[in-house]
Amino acid sequence: MASQEIETLAAALARLPGLGPRSARRAVLWLVKQRETALVELLSALETVRDRLVECPVCFNVDTVSPCGICADPRRDPRAICVVEDVADLWALDRARLFAGTYHVLGGRLSALDGVRPEDLAIGPLLGRVAAGGIDEVVLAMNATLEGQTTAHYLAERLEQYPVRITQLAHGLPVGGELDYLDEGTLAQALRARRPLA
Amino acid sequence: MPLDRIALADFRNHRESALDGTRQFNLLLGDNGAGKTNILEALSLLAPGRGLRRATPAEMARKGGSGGFTLGADLAADTMPVRLGTLVDPARPNRRMVRINGADSSAATLGEWVSLGWLTPAMDGLFTDSAGARRRWLDRMALALAPTHARTAIRYDEALRERNRLLADDAPPDPLWLGAIEQRLAEHGAALASGRRALVAALTQALSAAPDGPFARPLLAYQPTAPEDTAAFAEALLRHRARDRAAGRTLIGPHRDELTVTMAGSGAPAAHCSTGEQKALLIAVTLAHAELAAKGRPAVLLLDEVAAHLDPSRRAALFERLRGSGTQVWMTGTEAAPFAAIMEEAACWEIAGGAAHRVS
Ligand SMILES: [Zn+2]
Repeated sequence: MASQEIETLAAALARLPGLGPRSARRAVLWLVKQRETALVELLSALETVRDRLVECPVCFNVDTVSPCGICADPRRDPRAICVVEDVADLWALDRARLFAGTYHVLGGRLSALDGVRPEDLAIGPLLGRVAAGGIDEVVLAMNATLEGQTTAHYLAERLEQYPVRITQLAHGLPVGGELDYLDEGTLAQALRARRPLA
Repeated sequence: MPLDRIALADFRNHRESALDGTRQFNLLLGDNGAGKTNILEALSLLAPGRGLRRATPAEMARKGGSGGFTLGADLAADTMPVRLGTLVDPARPNRRMVRINGADSSAATLGEWVSLGWLTPAMDGLFTDSAGARRRWLDRMALALAPTHARTAIRYDEALRERNRLLADDAPPDPLWLGAIEQRLAEHGAALASGRRALVAALTQALSAAPDGPFARPLLAYQPTAPEDTAAFAEALLRHRARDRAAGRTLIGPHRDELTVTMAGSGAPAAHCSTGEQKALLIAVTLAHAELAAKGRPAVLLLDEVAAHLDPSRRAALFERLRGSGTQVWMTGTEAAPFAAIMEEAACWEIAGGAAHRVS
């Protein structure tokens, strides 16, 4: 029987996506065995992230520097913005290194049923970035859901007044985590074949 | 024959039942509650969808059993039979899996192998029922002809709920947001209505080509409430915003459409026909649809409690139509007498207490 403290750690780990009680217990056992090395390393990594985690004031990505590493990267093309629903979508797209421009994270999708309204999303800041000029293209990379596609349509209407090209992926992104399993070829194809929004 | 070597384990009241040596006509005889319809339901799970009772996996697992169930059948194919199966693992009682030749497959793949249709007593009130029941019936038949129909229906429903929620808000809805939702609603709604209309047109053609007989010929008419063109549909939604907002819901679209069925000749609405005539109209549509849906695949028809309610001349005509169609037919009844004309050629099982015994 493990002590209360170890049980608490196992319970906290079990809540992590994709883990569950069994894997959490295995992870705890391993950490206990490696307490001089891996446990110390994990602790310091967690602390650093906790102390430095900030939301990028430009694109609403989450990073440990502000503005985020993507916005600050001089090799990025600042004239193209890829709009995504969540940070998970941004990370998945960027891990595949398919898009050379910058991003904009909305923080969700319009949903009357869930009570997510336009003012709840980072739409104002997106319009602000576009209005400030220097942007040629806005790529709407919403999820393939009904709500995602409604959001893309809504954004296209709001962006219409600006002299920018508005495009969308050839097909919508799979929802959140599922993107992890989408192979890069499919994503690259969806980006390459992006088309103007009707 | 299309389906053979059928095995059910822990399904409804069947602990373990096997049906071998099937023929074109297959009869399941037994008292009410013996488990005849359960066998038809099991077979209906070999098509995409939730089966003829639209039940959940938990409802289908045998009470007092493992919590899961398995069923399988050989499907006659060109050279070697294909083994179709579906099962629920007791460890994951809410998830039904599909196996084809032992490999995990999607339910949709089943539809590539076999075409399955059914007529059950639960459908008897279809013409007097709410319009919603007829719309579901249409959609199920349309799905058998065009697999994308199901997705379109789901998307339409999602868009409809979004629009209704926005309209029901106290504050006036954001017009751009509402417009974006209406665009999706019109897109999926137009596709849904056109799928149904295509089905009705195909059925009408098949019905008019069917041989004359003692079955009343049904005339089907799809009555849309919205334009079938996406742009015109979206425009109509825009025009009706104030009225729909006052009503608190969307008043036009495929969710309000109606299928009217009348008897050719007399022109009598199906709802006013006798129970026997209504059954005959349903059978005529079911047979026409089975022919349309087969499209080169082996076809199987499940007719629950159908023969007993027909007069002898209609019964004889039904058997003759079925024999000529080449479709494998599964029929249930409480007694053998109505099936006398096909007893010689049929495979027959007696079903009692969730067990099947071959009798001829
Ligand atoms: Zn940023």
